[in-house]
This record gives sequence, C-alpha cells and structure tokens, in this order.
Amino acid sequence: MWKIVDRILRAGIPSEPPPPVRAEPGDEVSHIQQRLLDILGKALTIRMVDAGSCNGCELEIHALGNPYYNLEGLGIKFVASPRHADMLLVTGPVSRHMATALRRTWEAMPDPKLVVAVGDCGCTGGVFGAGYASCGRVANVIPVHCTIPGCPPPPIDILRGILSAVSGHGEAPPPVST
Amino acid sequence: MRIGDFELDMQALPAPLPIFHGVAANAADWEFAARAVLQAGGRLISLWSVERGEGAQRQPLVCAAYVAAQGLLWLDLPLASRAVHYPDLSGIFACAERMQRAMADLSGVHASEVRDQRPWLDHGLWTGDLPPLARCARPAAAMPQSRPNGYPFVRVEGDGVHEIAVGPVHAGIIEPGHFRFSVVGEKVLRLEQHLGYTHKGIERRFTELAPLEGYRLAGRVSGDSTVAYAFAYCMALEAAAQCAVPERAAWLRALLLERERVANHLGDLGGIGNDAGLAIALAQFSRLREDWLRLGKTLFGHRLMMDCVLPGGVACDLDADAVRSLEQQCQQMQREVLAMRRLFDEHAGLQDRFIGAGRVSAALAQRLGLAGMAARASGIVTDLRGQFALPPYDTLAVRVASHRNGDVAARVSVRFDEVLESLRLIREMLRALPAGPVQQVVTLPANAALGAGWVEGWRGEILVALELEHDNGALRIARCHCHDPSWQNWPVLEHAMIGNIVPDFPLINKSFNLSYSGHDL
Repeated sequence: MWKIVDRILRAGIPSEPPPPVRAEPGDEVSHIQQRLLDILGKALTIRMVDAGSCNGCELEIHALGNPYYNLEGLGIKFVASPRHADMLLVTGPVSRHMATALRRTWEAMPDPKLVVAVGDCGCTGGVFGAGYASCGRVANVIPVHCTIPGCPPPPIDILRGILSAVSGHGEAPPPVST
Repeated sequence: MRIGDFELDMQALPAPLPIFHGVAANAADWEFAARAVLQAGGRLISLWSVERGEGAQRQPLVCAAYVAAQGLLWLDLPLASRAVHYPDLSGIFACAERMQRAMADLSGVHASEVRDQRPWLDHGLWTGDLPPLARCARPAAAMPQSRPNGYPFVRVEGDGVHEIAVGPVHAGIIEPGHFRFSVVGEKVLRLEQHLGYTHKGIERRFTELAPLEGYRLAGRVSGDSTVAYAFAYCMALEAAAQCAVPERAAWLRALLLERERVANHLGDLGGIGNDAGLAIALAQFSRLREDWLRLGKTLFGHRLMMDCVLPGGVACDLDADAVRSLEQQCQQMQREVLAMRRLFDEHAGLQDRFIGAGRVSAALAQRLGLAGMAARASGIVTDLRGQFALPPYDTLAVRVASHRNGDVAARVSVRFDEVLESLRLIREMLRALPAGPVQQVVTLPANAALGAGWVEGWRGEILVALELEHDNGALRIARCHCHDPSWQNWPVLEHAMIGNIVPDFPLINKSFNLSYSGHDL
C-alpha cells in the first residue's frame, strides 16, 4: 500500500495543465478537453470497433486513456455495449469478415449516433485498399460523420477528431455504397 | 546437410543469418524431413504454399520453414497439381494444423487425411471460384451484404455445461476474434477460438506492390510489431537482391527493434496489472509508454517507428544530442521500471491473481510448439538474438530471459527481465554505434530470386519469405508470406485456459497478448 502511495506521489500528475491559449502541443490537449466539456456538458460514451486494422490505431486509441490525455477525466468513456454508446469509433479497412459485425454494432446504437473513422485505412482503405477480403473504407459499409487520417493518427489527432464530430463539424454522412 | 539421420540437399541463401533453401524430392521425404527436424530438437516455424513457373507450367508447392541447429531451413515440396494432397504434418508438429487449414483456404492445397476439415481463415464470404492466392485467380471485390457461414464449434456436453460466446466485437479496445467458452459455473472446461475476422488479403495485396514498396505493407501486418516486420521484409528483399546494409544501419535497426520491444512490454505490463485490478499499474506504465513513444516521435519521426526501416537501411539517423537523450531516457526508464517491479513483486493481492493462472507446462509448450516470449516463460529458451545472433547482437551477448513456471507470473517476470535487458542493449548500442551511412541503394536482381527475413520481434520469431519474378521486363513480387508467432501461440492459449475461471481470461489473454491481424493476414 505504502509503495503505491509512494509511486503516485513521486509520479505526480502528468495530465497537461489548463492553458489560456492554443500555443504549445501540450496546451492543446487541455484546450480540446475544455471544448469537449463546453459542447457536451456531460459524458460522451464511445463504442470502439476494430473492423480489420493492423492494431496500430488501437495502440493510439489506448494511449488516449493515459494520464497525459486523461480522456476519462473528462467524462469520455469507452463502453462495452453499443446500446450505451453515443459514438462509434471505427478503425481499419473493413474486412469482409467484419462487415456484418460492424453493421450490427452500428444498428444496435441508439439515435442520434455519430460515426468516426480513425486512421488512413478507415478513411480510404489505406495501404490495404479494397479487394476480395477488404471492403475498403468504413464509409463503404456504414455512414461516417468524421474521418481522422494518419497511420496511425497520434492521440492528439484522435482527440481533435472526436471534438470535431461532437461539435457538428463532421461531413454529412455520405450514402453507403452497395 | 545432415539433420538427425536424414540427408537433405540445402543451399545457403545470401542472408546475414544462416538460412538454407532446399527441395524435398517427394512426399515421403517431406515427412521424413519433418520427423528428422523434430528428433534433432528443431521446430516448425511456418507452412505456406506458392505457385512457381510460367503459364501452363505453373506448379503449386508447399513450403515449410524449420529451425534446426544449422539455422533456418526453407523446404519446398512440389505438387503435380492443386488436387494432389501432401502429407499432414500435424501429427509431428501440432502447430501445423491451423497453418494447413489456412493453406487450404488461401491456396487450395490440402493435407491428406486430416481430421479437422473445417475452414480456418475463410468464413465463406469471398467471391470467385479459385482460392484467393491462386495466381490466375481474379477474385471480385468484396461486397458487404451476405452473412458469414456458421462455424461448427466442438460442443462440450454434460450436467450444467453451458457456453459463453464472446466476439468478434469485444468489450474493449481490442482486435476482433471469436471465443467460445464451455463452462461449468465459473470454471472453463474448454476454450475454442475462431479467428480470421481481420483477414484483409495482405498476401494477395503484396503481389500488387513494387518490391521496393512492400516494406510499408509489411510494417502494417501487425502494428505493434511494425519494426520487426519491416525489418524482416527488408532482410528478405536484401537477401534476394544480394545487397548488404551499412553497418550503422544494421545497428540502428536493432536499436529500433529493442525500442519496439520495450514499448510493447511497457504497455502490456500496465494492461496485465489492470486486468488483475491494479489500476496504478495501467496509470504508471501507460505514462512510461507515452514518454517512450514521444521521444520516438521526436527522434525517429513516428511514435510507433512505422516506415523507419526501409530497403537498404533505415530512414532516420541519430546525432550526438539524440544519442544523449536516448541514453538519459534509458537510465530514467530503468529506475521507474525497477520501482514498478518492486511494487508488483510485493503486492500480495496481485501475486495471488498471477501465480498459477494460465499455466503452460514446459512439456505442453514443447508439444504445441509455443514460441517467443511466452515459450521463454515456460522454460523453452529460444531467442534468435542469442541463438543465431545477427550483427550487432553478436557483439552484445544478449542475456535471454526465461522462467520455468509458465503462468501469468512467469510471463510478467520474463517481460520485466526483457525490458531491463533491452534497456541495457540500447545503451550498449548507443555507446558503440559505428559511424557511416544509414542507407544504401538496393539494386533489384536481374533474375527471379527468393529471400527470407527472420527477426526476433517482441512476441517471438517473425518470418518473411519473399519470391520475386520477372513480368514484362519488370521485377515483381510473386509471393510474400508473413508469419507471426501468434500462429503457434493461439492454440496454446486454448490449453492455458483449461481449468481456470472465466474472469481470469482477460488477464491470461493479456499476458500472451497475441496478434489477430498478424495471424489473420
């Protein structure tokens, strides 16, 4: 117990402090956090689906939970059930084998639902493209509000993308090509 | 070459490691060779299928990669046609079973008299009448409408037995896969996996890329092992092109590989602690991992070091300041990791969850061919960095971590040891980093060529087997097979769960942390 307290005290609070302006990258984290709170004023729940990624994007989405970005500290939470989720965060080119599972997850979410495609693969199909086993970008399978390019996008970009989706700056969902 | 009491004609491939290539004369030799490797204490790394030759002469072959005392043996068995079956190796090497099923799905070649005829990577949704890796196959683009076929799981029957189905969409930020638990109360009687959900056609995609561009795709086979895969791909390409990388580039590649190992162990140690209910483990280790990645971004231009290893060398160089900051970070990281290790070791509640959970005995590990870090935690001390040391590892005397207990506690202990050893290796490399260029031009060979890359990634041995051929005057990738140690380790996880309780699954699973994408391809 004492060791745990000791570690906590020694490590301090690395969460990046509230900034007055958006100048340094470190400041930007807090700036985005504040905007999220201003817009939402409450918790945001996210269901994340890996639709066939290489797991690079998952590593960076995981990083959002570390003490620097402190996502949960803002009331943004990853949830297990799509029925509890406001936002669907999707990574990867949609593999043919995940298309049904992705669509069902999306259907299980209550309206209004936001869909954010994370990473180059989710945005365009990326290096994997479309083929016999890949449906390509996420928008080929479900309507997407907002895309976050990058391979993988760093956590700060993912945070920015989540912000732009909740503040209504995402594109209008294009029709799903069938 | 003599393996046990079997004589094989093998040629050395031009590679920085002992890699040999040969052809089995017939099906009987194929089986004898496998037995000889097993008797000589070797192991099977991978099985895959290729097609060689032009037009009507095109012929399917099955290929195996073994490790014997001499090095890596790449053995071919030519088949008269796809309809001809080859001898089943799963009775000799248990890990062959799923690889053979995958080969049937992707290349349409079948092992004879196999018990399990179920498809493995194919969920019944791909279009086209030819298997997707058949050279003349022109599969149509995927359409997301129809639903996958059902998968006949093995049913456990008896009083009070019920099933828990999990996935493919899991309850966290994890890759997709399906787990079917047969349980009585909390106790798991059987776990059966169904994978292949992230199969996106990587091996076919390779054939559409230029040989010098393939490293980017290789670096995305499994994002957490991007350095290891790009490294293996480049090693294979450079072997095919008979090109040696500059000394400094070889050292920097090893340095990146060790940094990748540390980053993954840091992330997983936090995750394992968290899955046993110790939240501070996740908070502290995710902070350390973030520090590690941020410096990586500053010095190498990418947090995960994607595309830093490329054909002919590396994309980044270090100046004196960079060397100093890496050195300082290693020192600081060592202090922090040692403090966390003391915290782990002295936390009775944590150790109570770790000790005995998900135990894989040395005998079981040996029989199932457990690989890499997980194997080292079960007393099987194989590490490419020690066994067949590539420069600069040959000068660094890598201390290979190992443990005998094979449980979560052992895997945690091996991970701590490996972090500390990698920190030592990085510091040694920084101290003796040779001067010179970091990249050289790779001139593609004039003729068809093959090459293999073999790298000890953080999870275990990664193999890339590359074949180049001429097509209308240009050299193209005829086949690129990527093998992840997860192939060996996924089936072992099924065994590790037997008799454990359902709530320990996340903990046991995380202690292995296997790749879905690297397995599904």
